[in-house]
Amino acid sequence: MAIIERPTPTAAITLRAPVTPAQSMGIVRRPVTSTGWKSWVFTVDHKKIGIMYGVFAMFFFIVGGVEALLIRLQLATPDGKVLSADLYNQMFTMHATTMIFLFAMPMAAAFANYFLPLQLGARDVAFPRLNALGLWLLVAGGLILNASWFLGGAADGGWFMYSPNSGPVFSPSNGVDFWTLGVQIAGFGSLIGSINLIVTILNMRAPGMTLMKMPVFCWMILVVQFLLVFSLPVITVALVLLTFQRSFGATFFDVAQGADPLLWQHLFWIFGHPEVYVLILPAFGIITEVLPTFSRKPLFGYPFVVFSGASIGLVGFGVWSHHMFATGLGPISVAAFSIATMAIAIPTGVKIFNWTLTMWGGKIWYSTAMKFSIGLIVLFTIGGLSGVTHAVAPSDTQQTDTYYIVAHFHYVLFGGMVFGLFSGFYYWWPKVFGKMLNEKLGGWNFWLMVIGMNMTFGPMHILGLQGQPRRMYVWTEARAGEGLFNFGFWNKIASLGSLILTIGILFFLINIVYTARKGKIAPLDPWDARTLEWITTSPPKEHNFDRIPVVHHLDDFFHRKYQEDATTGELVQIATGEQLVRAEEANADAHIHLPSPSYWPIAIAVGVGTLGFGVVYGVPIMIVGVLMILGSSFGFVLEPSVAQDIDYDPPASGGQDTKELAPLG
Amino acid sequence: MDATTTATDTVQQGDSHEHGLSDAMAIKIALILAAMTALEVSTYYVDFGAFFLPVLIILMIVKFFTVVSYFMHLKFEHQMFKLLFYTGLGLALFVYFVALATFKFFN
Amino acid sequence: MAMWLFLGSECLLFGGLISTYMLYRGRITQGPRPSQIFDIPFTSVSSFVLLMSSLTMVLAVTSTQRRDYERSKLWLTVTALLGATFVGGQVYEFTAFYNEGLGFTTNLFSSSFYTLTGFHGVHVTVGVIMLMALRGIISKNRDTGDRAEVVELIGLYWHFVDIVWIIIFTLVYLIPA
Ligand code: HEM
Ligand SMILES: [Cu+2]
Repeated sequence: MAIIERPTPTAAITLRAPVTPAQSMGIVRRPVTSTGWKSWVFTVDHKKIGIMYGVFAMFFFIVGGVEALLIRLQLATPDGKVLSADLYNQMFTMHATTMIFLFAMPMAAAFANYFLPLQLGARDVAFPRLNALGLWLLVAGGLILNASWFLGGAADGGWFMYSPNSGPVFSPSNGVDFWTLGVQIAGFGSLIGSINLIVTILNMRAPGMTLMKMPVFCWMILVVQFLLVFSLPVITVALVLLTFQRSFGATFFDVAQGADPLLWQHLFWIFGHPEVYVLILPAFGIITEVLPTFSRKPLFGYPFVVFSGASIGLVGFGVWSHHMFATGLGPISVAAFSIATMAIAIPTGVKIFNWTLTMWGGKIWYSTAMKFSIGLIVLFTIGGLSGVTHAVAPSDTQQTDTYYIVAHFHYVLFGGMVFGLFSGFYYWWPKVFGKMLNEKLGGWNFWLMVIGMNMTFGPMHILGLQGQPRRMYVWTEARAGEGLFNFGFWNKIASLGSLILTIGILFFLINIVYTARKGKIAPLDPWDARTLEWITTSPPKEHNFDRIPVVHHLDDFFHRKYQEDATTGELVQIATGEQLVRAEEANADAHIHLPSPSYWPIAIAVGVGTLGFGVVYGVPIMIVGVLMILGSSFGFVLEPSVAQDIDYDPPASGGQDTKELAPLG
Repeated sequence: MDATTTATDTVQQGDSHEHGLSDAMAIKIALILAAMTALEVSTYYVDFGAFFLPVLIILMIVKFFTVVSYFMHLKFEHQMFKLLFYTGLGLALFVYFVALATFKFFN
Repeated sequence: MAMWLFLGSECLLFGGLISTYMLYRGRITQGPRPSQIFDIPFTSVSSFVLLMSSLTMVLAVTSTQRRDYERSKLWLTVTALLGATFVGGQVYEFTAFYNEGLGFTTNLFSSSFYTLTGFHGVHVTVGVIMLMALRGIISKNRDTGDRAEVVELIGLYWHFVDIVWIIIFTLVYLIPA
């Protein structure tokens, strides 16, 4: 069983019960190969898991993108005929759900999984097998969510699935059932993942790395994981209530029985608002790594950036009702939530200020990664400003449920989050795959995305203020308005913009293929970077670091390369990244302990998925699911973190790579 | 009174697992908890008048923290553990009290 | 550490269920009222059983720390049995309520009551399974980590389930709707 170490000195871990050698459960041999598909499916290596998260997320980015294109196609002309009303409802629901739960969160998890241990100077995460479990639960959730397309229609209640609209009366297909279960399972995976990452950050930093010497990316990931740990249980409650209502006849949201449907809205948004920070903060973390690197200056005001991130997280739990201004909360609640929401703009502003001052006076290198980061600052600021306009309750009552809201959250989500993630792709691609993404294609990628994004979402401000409601599957010429504010004109622009946006993203996919075929081999330190992930080879070795680095500074890698000249006070280069990596290799640790792959994480996830289908299709399948979970949990618990000699073929005699994770698996 | 002995014990044994909650101590605490439960149940038989609600709520809170502090020995644990657990507890209290308040639950 | 985080998270889970119950406790459009069916003496006994299981759990933890594994197996068994008794009592109670006309879908009170207490019951059941598995692992000497630590972690979970019941017992049973 994965054990928790305490933050007391390691000497405390003295009492170790004797471990009896045993094969894994006596039934199957443990997977020990390090190549081929098995090495991926059963892996517990955080880097492989990270890449799989990334592939999964990219796939669903495309799925969600196609759904969005269909929506824009439908709305390009009056009385669109592309989608029926019913299909339209399913389309926007699944578009949002896919983008949030199957693209944005997994992509952030991909970055977090891959780079957290590398930036912390650790060899893996705290609980490698739980890490794999989190990934496979997400996959199970994603499959269940999308299986609904083929099993009678997808969910159609919007991504926040308001009751009573999501009840069995108004949504009779099984779509919402699959939705609740899929989100539930994916959420469970993400809860496990976040506990794992928090323990990793708090316990596994390299010697010398105090919390205030930790890269900002790690800080933002830490805040995000706390948000997840404390907000996912709330959505769990909501989903359980909804499942019980739909599958077992309870009446939690049935007004006829005296229920309060607002209960759903509260539970959903207590989760939902922290969730929007879950989406944006990883992107903030990424660009806070990118901006100093390409400005060739240290981050301006590191403690401010860290604390504003943490306070965004904390205050984020106190503002959920700004999504409910139009529900008649009463004047006191509305005023309180309105003020709290405006307060969030302050730490956000602090961040924007610090980023700008980081660039100020720097020798800026306009690489594609840098362009995306600057793009984020500009576009997110626009989205943040429109956010403040609906923090003001009276104006929000005008804006709510119109395209103005759609404009707002796409500026923060697309202009903010997606641009941040793309910045991360360009910055870290050489690290992960050892090859440089093409900068020229990157330029096309960036500019087409900027133009497309503004053309798509900019006009929606106008459309919304003119009164076009969101989630309506048609608009008619008769009510489209006159002249400059004519719906037809701006809807056409928006749809055209979405096409340009698509082409921009296609350039990224082309870039990936091009790079895989003909890309330049990446130098060890292509960007003159600042943090520890660059002190090893690209791609990193399975054990990450030949020697666990000892940290003395914030941006330790940079400080190993440059030192202040004693007389002039100027920075002078004392070593190249290349030399540093070679030095580490020359002084490699003799004994490196890594956990072995395992069948059980994926086995448990299969069981959970079966249980999910059982809720829809009947008790016998549920029972099978529970038995599978129980069985594989026993396997999980009884399996030592390190493969036994007997698992090898031929059986290994002296475990060359059968070792255990330091400091403790 | 326990905390000091615990601290020295831990240092002497160099082992963070001993939290100084001896068996005898645990039994004593369990007896106190049992007595409080008995008092709670007695409200069902005896009319406490205006004290009914406050007595029950206070007993509930005291029992809650007794178990958390001693049986779960959070009292003797690292600051970080307290932070993790009490953040969750505090947030839960905050968001649900506010949510119930918007339903006019406390009026 | 991971366990404490998990429990912090569980606070919000049970907080949500309890709040749902508190919101809906008075909304009884049909069916019996709680005061008509609650059997306070019976539930008091099961509460007491669960409370005492926390004590035996502590004893299991301390004896494991002393490496007195015979004792720790004994106390783990007793804890599991007490837990099972509690679950058994709950099953009995549910059946009795059902026979008196309070089904899961009868009214909002009943739905939220069964959801809350049922969720708690599932937690106890999972706890019982873990305790028995742990006992088996110790007697077969199949554990793969620090034994005292594992017992302690499961103990934390067990006590948490107990404190949730402390709240439920007061808010649901003793304070009438
Ligand atoms: C300066 C910061 C921000 C403020 C003041 C703000 C304010 C608001 C308000 C008041 C609403 C509700 C409008 C309504 O439905 O009537 C809203 C909606 C929304 N916000 Fe923000 N927001 C901010 C930043 C963000 C960020 C960073 C994200 C995500 C990355 C985000 C994502 C969303 C989403 C997805 C919705 C729409 C929810 C829905 O109704 O479907 N916002 N925002
Ligand atoms: Cu919000």
